[in-house]
Order: sequence, then C-alpha cells, then structure tokens
Amino acid sequence: MTGGPDVGPDPYGLQQRLVDFVTALRTKGIMVGTGETVDAAEAMTRLGLDERSILREGLAGTLTRKHSQRETFDEVFDIYFPPRVGRPRSAEQVPADFDVETLRDMLVETLAVADLDALGELAEIAVDRFGEIGGDPAGWSAKQTLDRVQPQNLLARTMGLRGDDDAVVELGGVSPRDQVRDLIGRFRERVEDEARRRTSETRGRERMVLTAVQAQTEHVDFLSANAEQLEEMRRGVRALARRLATRLSVRRRRSHRNTIDIRRTMRKSMSTGGTPIDLVFAKPRPSRPDLVLLCDVSSSVSGFSGFTMLLVQAMKNQFKKVKVYAFVNAMADVTELISVDGDEDGAGLQARILEQAHVQHGTSSSDYGAAFAEFVARDLESIGSRSSVLILGDARTNYREPGLDDLREIRARSNRTFWLNPEQENIWGTGDSAAFDYADVVEMHECRSVEQLGEFVSRLLPA
Amino acid sequence: MTRTMPFASVADVSERLAAVGYLPSDAIATTVFLASELGKPLLIEGPAGVGKTALAQAVSDATGSPLVRLQCYEGVDEARALYEWNHAKQLLRITASKDESWDETRADIFSEEFLLARPLLTAIRNEEPTVLLIDETDKADIEIEGLLLEVLGDFQITIPEMGTVRARHRPFVVLTSNASRELSEALRRRCIFLHVDYPDSDLEERIVQAKVPGLEHSLTKSIVRVINALRELPLRKAPSVSETIDWANTLLALGAVELDEDTMRDSLGVILKHRSDQEKAQKLLDMESALAR
Ligand SMILES: Nc1ncnc2c1ncn2[C@@H]1O[C@H](COP(=O)(O)OP(=O)(O)OP(=O)(O)O)[C@@H](O)[C@H]1O
Ligand SMILES: [Mg+2]
Repeated sequence: MTGGPDVGPDPYGLQQRLVDFVTALRTKGIMVGTGETVDAAEAMTRLGLDERSILREGLAGTLTRKHSQRETFDEVFDIYFPPRVGRPRSAEQVPADFDVETLRDMLVETLAVADLDALGELAEIAVDRFGEIGGDPAGWSAKQTLDRVQPQNLLARTMGLRGDDDAVVELGGVSPRDQVRDLIGRFRERVEDEARRRTSETRGRERMVLTAVQAQTEHVDFLSANAEQLEEMRRGVRALARRLATRLSVRRRRSHRNTIDIRRTMRKSMSTGGTPIDLVFAKPRPSRPDLVLLCDVSSSVSGFSGFTMLLVQAMKNQFKKVKVYAFVNAMADVTELISVDGDEDGAGLQARILEQAHVQHGTSSSDYGAAFAEFVARDLESIGSRSSVLILGDARTNYREPGLDDLREIRARSNRTFWLNPEQENIWGTGDSAAFDYADVVEMHECRSVEQLGEFVSRLLPA
Repeated sequence: MTRTMPFASVADVSERLAAVGYLPSDAIATTVFLASELGKPLLIEGPAGVGKTALAQAVSDATGSPLVRLQCYEGVDEARALYEWNHAKQLLRITASKDESWDETRADIFSEEFLLARPLLTAIRNEEPTVLLIDETDKADIEIEGLLLEVLGDFQITIPEMGTVRARHRPFVVLTSNASRELSEALRRRCIFLHVDYPDSDLEERIVQAKVPGLEHSLTKSIVRVINALRELPLRKAPSVSETIDWANTLLALGAVELDEDTMRDSLGVILKHRSDQEKAQKLLDMESALAR
C-alpha cells in the first residue's frame, strides 16, 4: 500500500489533468480515442485516488491497448500523477554541511542491508543536493547527480561491509554481488525518477514529456504497427542513425585509449627482464565490416524490412560497403533503389522495389528456399570473408522447402551471419515458421522494435 | 438489459477471488472491477499458463454465475460460436408431417426445439447473469472478430427465422489471447485491456501455498526461486504458473523436504518439456553447484 498520487492542492481540476494526460500520451504515439478517455474518467471516479497503483492499473486498462505501450504509459503517468510534489521531506531534514562523501557512506550502509525505502530517500536527497542545475526555472539532472555520487564504484565497499562469501549461492539464487549490482541499478532508477519528477514541476509537464519520455514508436511492434506509426518510425530513422553513430564513436574513442594489449606488453617486457615497462596499446580493431542484407519484403514483414533497409542506408558510412538484396520468392539486388534522401516514406520504397526489382514471380508469397538458392547460384561472390550477412524475415516458409543447405553456404562464406526475426520468440516454430531450423544454422535474434534493432545494429559494429 | 455489478470495490474483488482459490495481482483485481463496473469486456493477453483462463473461472465461482466458454480454434465459425439448426432432426420432422400445410411445418421446424444454441447465444439468452469466456481468441480466424464485435456491441443476436434475442443481463465477458496473431484495433478498443505476466515471487509463493497446502514453506520458496531463475534462460518454453504448481505437487508426492540437486535433476521433466530446455537448465545447475563448491 503506497498511498495516492499527490494531486492537490493545485487548482488544476482532475478532469483537466486527465485530458492533458491523454494528450501527452498521444504525442508519444499512444493513440487514445475519445471513448476511451470517457471510460478513463469513469474509471477514475469509481477507483478514487486513495491508491496510486490502483489508479495506474485502472487507467492503463482503459487507455492502453497493447503491452508494448505500457512502458511509455508509466513514464507519462509518473509525470501527471506524481507520488508527491515539492521538495521531499527527507531532503529538508538534511544538515547544511552534508557532502557527497557522507551520502556515499550512507549509501554503502543502505546497500549492504538492502533497505529499499532508505535507498529511495537517499536518491531524493542526492538529487536535491547534487542534481540541481541552473537555469530559469531550475531543473534537476539525474546525470549530474550520478556523476557526483558514482554509485557504481561502491560495489567493492558494499561487499566488504556485507562480509559474506560471494561463492555461496543458493540453488537458483542470485549471488550477493549481483544482488548489490541490482540494488545500485535501482538507486540509479530512483534518481532518474526523482529528477524527472522535480523538473516537471518547475518546467512544466508538457515539456517534460517531450524531452524525457521516449517516443512510443521505439517500442512499437514492427508487425502490428499501423501506417501512421511506421511513418513516425521512418521519420526517426536519421535521428536513430545519428544516435547510434555517436554512441559508436564514443565507444571507439574509449576503447582505443584504454585497451592495453597484455600479451604484447609481456612479450616486449621479456627484453627488460620481465618488468613490463612499455605498455603496448591494442591496435585499432580491424576496419569496418562489409554488410550484406537479405530482406524478405513480402507484405507480412515489409514494415520491418523497409525500416531496416533505411536504417542501414542511413548508416552507410559506418560500413565499408553495403549491399542490399530483397526477395519474396526471387532474389534481386536493390542497393541502388534505397535512398534515404529521396523519399523517406517506406511505402514508396516498398512499391518501388516490387515494381522495379525482380523479387517475385507468380505468387506473392515468400519462398525462402527458392530465394536462397538463387542467391547462392548467382550472387554468392558478393559475400567476402570480412562480410557480415544479415537476414531479415519471419522465417515463414509457407511450408516450402527451407533451403537450409544454401543458408549453410552463405554462412560458411561470410565472417558472421545473423538472422533478425520480427516475430515474438514464443511463436517461432508454430505453423509454417521454420525459425528453429534456421536458428540451428545461424544465430537468430528476436527483433520486434526499433529499440531492439538499434541495440543489435550497434553491437554489430566493431568498437 | 440489466447490468450486474457484483463487486463493491477492488479490495472486494481480491478477497472474493482469493476465497475461491485465485490470488489476483493489483492489476488483475483492478481491471476485473472496472470491466464489471463499466460493463466492458476484459481482454487478457499474456504468456501461456499465467492464469488467464483460470481467472474467468474464478470470477464465475466467486459470483456464483455460470461460466459459458467459447473455445476458439482455427476455423471456428458462426455455426460453432453462435447457433445452428439441427438439420437431422428437422428432416425427420418433415418426413413425419402428414396432414400439415408447409407453412405450419416451416414455422415448426424453425422453432426453439430445433435450435442448437452455441456459447455466444447461450450466454446471451441465459436467465441469470453469466460469465462468458472467449478463450484463445487469437487462434480464431480474423473473420470471427466481426461477429464478436457485433455480439459484444449490443448483446443481441438476430436469428432470421425467429427474431432478435436480447440479453436479459449483460454478461461479464473475458477474452483471452496469447498474441499468436494481433487482434484487430476495433476489438481492442472495445475492451478493458489487461496484460498478465508471470507473478512476482511473493505472489507466486502464495499461489503455491494456496494450491498445494501441504508443502513446507521453505521448499515453496526454493521452488519459486528456481522457477524464476529458469525464466531468465532463453528457453523454448519457459515454465509457467501451471508448471510451478505441478512441480510443487510432484515434490510433495515424492516427500521431498528440500530442493537438492538430485531432486531437481529427477523432476526437471515436470517443468521443462523440451529436451533442449532441459539441457540448458542442466548447464545452469552445474554451473551453480560449481560456484557453490
Ligand atoms: N493468480 C493465480 N491464483 C491461483 N492460481 C493461479 C493463478 N495464476 C495461475 N494459476 C494457476 O495456473 C494454472 C494455469 O492457468 P491457466 O490455464 O488459466 O493459464 P492460461 O493463462 O489460460 O494459459 P494458456 O495461455 O496456456 O491457456 C491454473 O491451474 C491456475 O489455477
Ligand atoms: Mg488458457
């Protein structure tokens, strides 16, 4: 029992708050209709405000239609129905000379006894004390707070204080070290929630939703996305490409600076009698990979394939060379057809491919076996020993011959071959899906949303 | 059409479901309450074996309303979902009619006596408030959704030969889905949405205690902990609440007092059905016992 949301004593009526909440959800891609808003209002009346978690579940039941919307829903809910407002009591009681070292000491003790309530209070204090950033109106930054508190560096001290033996793990249990890691993760989340909560009070809820809540399309299922959502995703494709590129360049810089090649340092030090004096830094990793994309563009998965092709195209300069093949039941090289600059709408792309490339003959249903065979017979040369091959598709063969041998050939010729399947893993292998047969040959990943795709693509590239 | 609102509050839902052996999370109790208050169908999605079907049964038990179930499958059609005429019986009746006019015969053979009511009609015609469970909706072809929208829209069914049947009481409707196919937006819009996931450890322990009362508390805890660890593995079929309960029953029957490695090894088949899953679990166990040593 956690109590109700703190909605008073502001003059802002509850109905208005609900309408604003719904509007905010819509800006994040959760398309709530009027009928549902009325239901939500009625739900609010019947459930009352005594119990915040019950209000949240009730509003989620009336306003969301899919589980994939839930994360966004919760983040927006936190902003419109915060657990409390204002400066937390915990922070008011803290003495003036309280510094970051004191907080860290307290944090270690709290982590050691796994006291979640105290952890929450420390997060409030930390944000209050160390998170404030200038500006008018003032704001609070989770990043600044965490940079100063550095909770991730408290693991060893906490383990020392706990004094238990990390090697003792109960069957199915979690090791003490992982428990502490998990608690540190929670502390971080609390800090993020608290910073968001306080900033939304001074800077306004709308603005907070705009900047601090991830757009829903990042989580939308490719397979169930409607035209509007797909459009949204495509509009975001360049931004995503840019984000991934930045993340990669940071990672590269960091890794090049820090990687010491232990073996070579040791070998070199042999000449100085074993004392390693000259650190040998690792050579930058091998150059950018070639990428070969084989995309099922049949209608069942075209949204997913279309988006991925655009993303890869937008990230072209991260790769040495990109080749894109598309197929329904015939394989065609479509590299030239994809341009992010031309028209960014994927519906146009899909039409262009179907029109201008020979990707199907006869029926319009996919035939993986036939497409792979054609590729192996004609285009295998495009794969080199440095190439990463990425296959996109739902592995639904329409009960046709899956072409496992050809797939093996593709894998053998490439450096690495992956398969991204936009279907939820728990329905792989059902009906005409040959997912498990293919997964025996190449590494298959579930890839249902922009978010998962982004994760995957950035792992694909060398650090 | 009357609306029955059998529950006084969210807490009342929790208590009464618990009294019939179903322990709901906050999300479950809240949405059941709202579905009943707003008179809207409750659409439940979630992985296999998390208690979607059992929830409908529990609402029926808790409110003393009969449960009518439409089990969906590929190819389920109006004749299976709504009603059909008993042809064989109608033909018999026709051959037996000697001195009647054809009009009389027609009126007679398209009457109640020759009607086979299927779940949707049964639920609507029921004299008492009813829980209507439309189970595994995603297995049915998309066409059936049109029918559901119609029936769940105004709770009436028109039988051309007999007229329109209106519901006396609005049934409490539960639709379940495993999301093997996405249900249409139109259908979703009409429902209160509930996603049920695996319960948290605390709730799952209470479920095990309720379902398998004789089991030692410490053993319950171990079972739930191992099940949770297994759910973290990339398995083909993660163990669900049903498997947790089956396993608890098995261990009770075996007279186990603690969950040691041997016991686990011997009973792994109860929780994991695929060979490859058992192998993965075995690896995890080996690793952990190595750690523990
Ligand atoms: N909260 C709960 N309280 C009591 N029992 C539960 C609960 N959740 C699940 N169970 C038990 O778990 C078992 C499986 O539940 P059920 O068959 O309803 O799952 P399901 O979600 O309908 O699965 P499927 O998608 O495979 O049809 C039942 O025996 C049920 O009694
Ligand atoms: Mg079921």
